[in-house]
Amino acid sequence: MDATLDAQALRTRLEALAAQEGIGQWDLGAACSTDTSVQVDRGEAKQLKGAQRRSITLRAWNAAGLVGITSTSDLSEAGLARALIGAHEASAFGNAAETPAFSPLATEPLPTLNQPLREQRSILDLLDTLKEAERDLIGRHDAIATVPYNGLAQRSSERIYLNSDGACRQQQLTTASLYLYARAEQVGRKPRSSGAVRVAYGADDLDITGCIDEAAERTIAHLDYAPINTGYYTCVFSPEAFLDLIGAFSSLFNARAILDGISLSHKDSIGEQLAVPFLSIHDNGLHPANIGALSFDGEGTPTSRLCLLEGGVLRNFLHSEATARAFGAQPTGHAGLGAKVSVGPDWFEIGPTPGVASGEQGLDRFASRGHSAAGERGLVVIESLSALHAGVKASQGSFSLPFDGWLLRHGEQRSIESATVAGDIRQLLQGIVGFEGQPKITPSGLCPWVWVDHLSITGEA
Amino acid sequence: MTQALLATAVPVAFDLHEGSWHGRLESLLSQGQAAGADLVELFIERSDNLGVLAEQDTITNVSPAFGMGAGIRVFLGHRDGFVSTNDLSDAGLLAALDQALAMLGLQRSVQSLSHFNGLPALRDFASEKRDWLAQSPTLAETTEALLRGTDQLQRHGQHLQSRRGSYARNWQAVLVAASDGTFAHDIRLHQTLGLNLLAADGEHRASVGRRYGTTDRPDDLRQWDAEAAALDLCQSAGRMLYADYVEAGQFPVVLANRFGGVIFHEACGHLLETTQVERGTTPFADQVEQPIAHEAVTAIDEGLTGGAFGSIAMDDEGMASQRTVLIENGVLKRFLSDRAGELRTGHPRTGSGRRQNHAFAAASRMRNTFIAAGPHSPEQLIASIDHGLYCKSMGGGSVGPTGQFNFAVEEGYRIENGQLSSPVKGATLIGEAKDVMPRISMCANDLELAAGFCGSVSGSIFVTVGQPHIKVDSITVGGR
Repeated sequence: MDATLDAQALRTRLEALAAQEGIGQWDLGAACSTDTSVQVDRGEAKQLKGAQRRSITLRAWNAAGLVGITSTSDLSEAGLARALIGAHEASAFGNAAETPAFSPLATEPLPTLNQPLREQRSILDLLDTLKEAERDLIGRHDAIATVPYNGLAQRSSERIYLNSDGACRQQQLTTASLYLYARAEQVGRKPRSSGAVRVAYGADDLDITGCIDEAAERTIAHLDYAPINTGYYTCVFSPEAFLDLIGAFSSLFNARAILDGISLSHKDSIGEQLAVPFLSIHDNGLHPANIGALSFDGEGTPTSRLCLLEGGVLRNFLHSEATARAFGAQPTGHAGLGAKVSVGPDWFEIGPTPGVASGEQGLDRFASRGHSAAGERGLVVIESLSALHAGVKASQGSFSLPFDGWLLRHGEQRSIESATVAGDIRQLLQGIVGFEGQPKITPSGLCPWVWVDHLSITGEA
Repeated sequence: MTQALLATAVPVAFDLHEGSWHGRLESLLSQGQAAGADLVELFIERSDNLGVLAEQDTITNVSPAFGMGAGIRVFLGHRDGFVSTNDLSDAGLLAALDQALAMLGLQRSVQSLSHFNGLPALRDFASEKRDWLAQSPTLAETTEALLRGTDQLQRHGQHLQSRRGSYARNWQAVLVAASDGTFAHDIRLHQTLGLNLLAADGEHRASVGRRYGTTDRPDDLRQWDAEAAALDLCQSAGRMLYADYVEAGQFPVVLANRFGGVIFHEACGHLLETTQVERGTTPFADQVEQPIAHEAVTAIDEGLTGGAFGSIAMDDEGMASQRTVLIENGVLKRFLSDRAGELRTGHPRTGSGRRQNHAFAAASRMRNTFIAAGPHSPEQLIASIDHGLYCKSMGGGSVGPTGQFNFAVEEGYRIENGQLSSPVKGATLIGEAKDVMPRISMCANDLELAAGFCGSVSGSIFVTVGQPHIKVDSITVGGR
């Protein structure tokens, strides 16, 4: 069963209801999806899930120009009427100091995305596929006895944006995802766990073998572990870890957070040297590798590529319609839909600034003698960060995060038993030594390995 | 206008008296069982939620939301299929049932006979709760309370860059029916109120927040002491603004009462859920009646404390709530179990089957979870430490697939020679439950609970954590 919404029918119903209630200005975001997913446990089905979801968010402006909002999963005639009336009544509590308007770009042409729509596979097919993947992964090493966190899921979805000025946006999408997190245990040793994730437009497109290979390799690599001494180290962030960190501090680039006073940036921070001159960051939801890219945001603004940092200098902020108006800029396609509109990033491209020497050259964490920056202590390789929701204080700039990784010392690589990395994001951005390797495509962006000097590591040695 | 908003917000109640839901549910259960299912469970939900945000001296967001949906779960042997839908029409529910049956290789058939004997009389946990939504604070009262809170922050705080007050009301009516004769109805009302501030002076910054929450007390917001809450927050911010970063290492720590209980929730509580036994990810799976903690530790999970954020009259599988002793004097007594947990692990259900909403299958989850009070005073705990850390206020935390936990310290102080000394920030406590539980060597006599949210396999749910002041003999403190 594929998810569908009838945009024209929704518009007709809303226009009639709005006329009946005397509401002259409204807009809505609607979404529906059909999901199926499976989990397995040692060769048996653990859980099979299906879901049909529908939701709608309606905004209505009152005669004073204030906006109210209501959300519902009830798309019946009565539900829609109640939502519109509710939004209109809530508009009495609208914020007169900052009232959202329609995006001036809500009727501009949308970018063309190459997003093939895949047929949904039967759930029993998914189950067989996942059982096979689990069996394969467990067979990779004697120590891997279970894959306690696993899932194969597929989704067919559709989203709509409509407004009373005639804007009509619609997008259909299919996606699939696979995650495999294995647990390995050896006698007398602590259990170790690691895994891998893959996303694609359909279950048939998933790189299942690659996911198994990566999960096995990463899990096995952590079997031989040792504690690390507390101290300051040169750290090498994996592309995934560095993207997670930048994402957690994306309020640096967020105009909404700046207006709210909870960003480290200010309205006049454009042009400031935030990072080393060889670092550039773009937000590019349109990148072909961004599976599930959205062609428009919650306000109907087209998605576009935006330069955030160029040569380490802050160039642009992420905007909604309201923040763009406040900054004298254009909306950038990063808005949600609300009475107070949220703003967030899509998909980061991080790497060297073209035409600028990209920090220290020839960095190679596996080079036999290591790197001079590593010194006697060795290099800490940060493979993945955890608990970002608890360990990042975005408004203060500080972080203290558990991680999985390795200590590279005297040409030897050993998994770190348990440790945290702590620092300040502004110092980290100024402490980047250079990049290693080509940028790697991940589900949340594009980034090379990133070397950073002098970060505090707490271990248990 | 406020009254009008409330009037339109009154949700459509389940039509229980006229029996229409009774008949529809019986039909679905009968058809599911006739198809060969061992058990069919239906969870029907209506919700009515409201979020309000105040920033500085302005209401900046009012977000009403209402919804409905069903979760249908079918068991066959140890397997189950679960389907959720927003479509509560007969056709929508039948389609969901068909999909759940098909997951287990079953199919409805008009020729098959059902062994289902019909639903018993409704067990109505909601009979006294019908008016709760109407009794809740009006939007005008809510906005006034939040603005009073942000105003009090302004009065008592210094170097304030941002002041926020937030309120959320979650009203949920649920109907649970299963082919084993479960038929229960409940209404839940959760209200939370939060205050946050960001103080900044040059390069010094401190962000602190508190959240208060109750369940099943429509009148609660009206009792809120905004000035006391704001004063508490401003004092914390004032102390933390110029705090040094904590030095990393291994120290004895004293964790304060109330939200300090997050350590037990994350470090141990999750490992005592049968979902972890099923996955093979708890080190305590075969240790019932074995010591797993210091003998000073007795730990309880219950859903009965009046008004507590994690209290539930019945769980999301229709079972009445109860009090479950998890650890008694250091000895593991019991796991938290739901229907699937009992089926797959043998641990009896404890009224702990919980879910965020109809889109999630229930799983064994915590309710009000706390370490029981001990014999000491908080001062005795601090006096027992020469060099360590006092964690007065905790941030969030998490537990990984191998039992490693971590959580952030929002407000900390050094302990020097048995006395509290300078404030420190940036600390993260990390460790493993199996190692840390035997190191909780002293419990004080000042048990208190604090409201929180817990995210796990069945979504985000309302819980409380709690404890008296406790001393952990040694724990890894991440800092710089």
